[in-house]
Amino acid sequence: MWEEYLFANSVEHALELLARYEGQAQLIAGGTDLVLQSQRGQCPATVMVDITRIPGLNRIEERDGFILIGAQVTHAQIAASALIRDKAPILAMACSQVGGPQTRNAGTLVGNVVNAQPAADGATALFVLDAELEVATQEGRRWEPIAHVYRGVGICTINACREMVTAVRFKPLANACGCSYQRLARRKALTLPTLVVAVALEMLGDTIKAARIAIGPVAPTPYRATDAEAYLVGKKAEEAVFAEAGQLAAAKARPRDSLIRGSSEYRTAMVGVLVRRALGEAAQECHRRG
Amino acid sequence: MQTLEMNVNGSDVRVEIHPDETLAQVLRDRLGLIGTKIACGEGECGACTVLLDGVAVTSCITPAMKAQGRRVMTIEGLSEDTELHVIQQAFVDSTASQCGYCTPGFIMATKALLDANPNPTREDIMRGISGNLCRCTGYYQIVDAVALAAKRLAEEGRK
Repeated sequence: MWEEYLFANSVEHALELLARYEGQAQLIAGGTDLVLQSQRGQCPATVMVDITRIPGLNRIEERDGFILIGAQVTHAQIAASALIRDKAPILAMACSQVGGPQTRNAGTLVGNVVNAQPAADGATALFVLDAELEVATQEGRRWEPIAHVYRGVGICTINACREMVTAVRFKPLANACGCSYQRLARRKALTLPTLVVAVALEMLGDTIKAARIAIGPVAPTPYRATDAEAYLVGKKAEEAVFAEAGQLAAAKARPRDSLIRGSSEYRTAMVGVLVRRALGEAAQECHRRG
Repeated sequence: MQTLEMNVNGSDVRVEIHPDETLAQVLRDRLGLIGTKIACGEGECGACTVLLDGVAVTSCITPAMKAQGRRVMTIEGLSEDTELHVIQQAFVDSTASQCGYCTPGFIMATKALLDANPNPTREDIMRGISGNLCRCTGYYQIVDAVALAAKRLAEEGRK
């Protein structure tokens, strides 16, 4: 499996090591997914380049109108962060549901994205936040919208044998924004979700000003229910409207039949149910905050 | 082979390992610390929980090299000589163990929980041990044991 385990001491050093091993080396952070993939023969790299000791990548901070989360930041850190709970509660809610405490202590949000599994709590919340990823290569750095890097089940356009995601950033949600994270799973902990719906809602009085709805894993990648979002703008926040939005969102779901996650028919129906519930909860949260 | 230097239960150790060995494998097979159990082997059940610099991790999916230069605490590091640790005694007194295979993991998760939150509610306890599975008894006695340990540790602290 692995012939060498190395620690990078800077982003440049990590990229240099990747270049030196010409595709045989891969970045590792928490390793909660990668170790298992490697043991199952799904990861061909033979050299691991650990990024968890690079100084400066473990911070959550607000800078220039963005919230930045470094590549080493774990799900546990995000779930406990006062800044995230205040300015992007949807992400704290999502990260607090990943695995169990031990997984959250080791697994990173950035790793969750790069691994590109559709059943990804943190990444689904990042779709709501229209997050961007900072990608470092030996040529320089660039920002990529999260929706661009997901290409299919387990396929991320960022190649961890060549380049490195150093941070995630997004704009804070408006103060009056209400969030809801609905998760359907077979147990309350230590299990991947059958369905997640992440919602951020903004209201003016009883009228919906803006809605963001991200859904996973009922298609090869998490997605935004854009039809439902557009429908909601300017509508009154009431049960019938939420139910109609749920139907619109469900129309875009393409779940597979799965012995573990349930039938396609069931999960499609549940998209409608959870979107309706999430909108109701988010609207209440708006009133509470407003 | 690579050299791994770490501190395990207060003692510095130096051991030659394959770079792909997990921390659980090194603890059990190279250091003989078989109190740490490997059950699912996939980081799903918590039986292999140890503390890495005081933080609970599933050692069966933690690359051993991640412990380089760091402190590891296993179930063996909890008790002093033949005296059980307060948490261990609370598990005994609450009948919180049946086959016992999950118990070291539960106890280490409890240690992490109580270090961070010495006065947990029942809800906090259930959340704190939600990364550990028991297939014998269910969780009622285990939650009791954690609550009892918290109570006794608080009393000890007041003495």
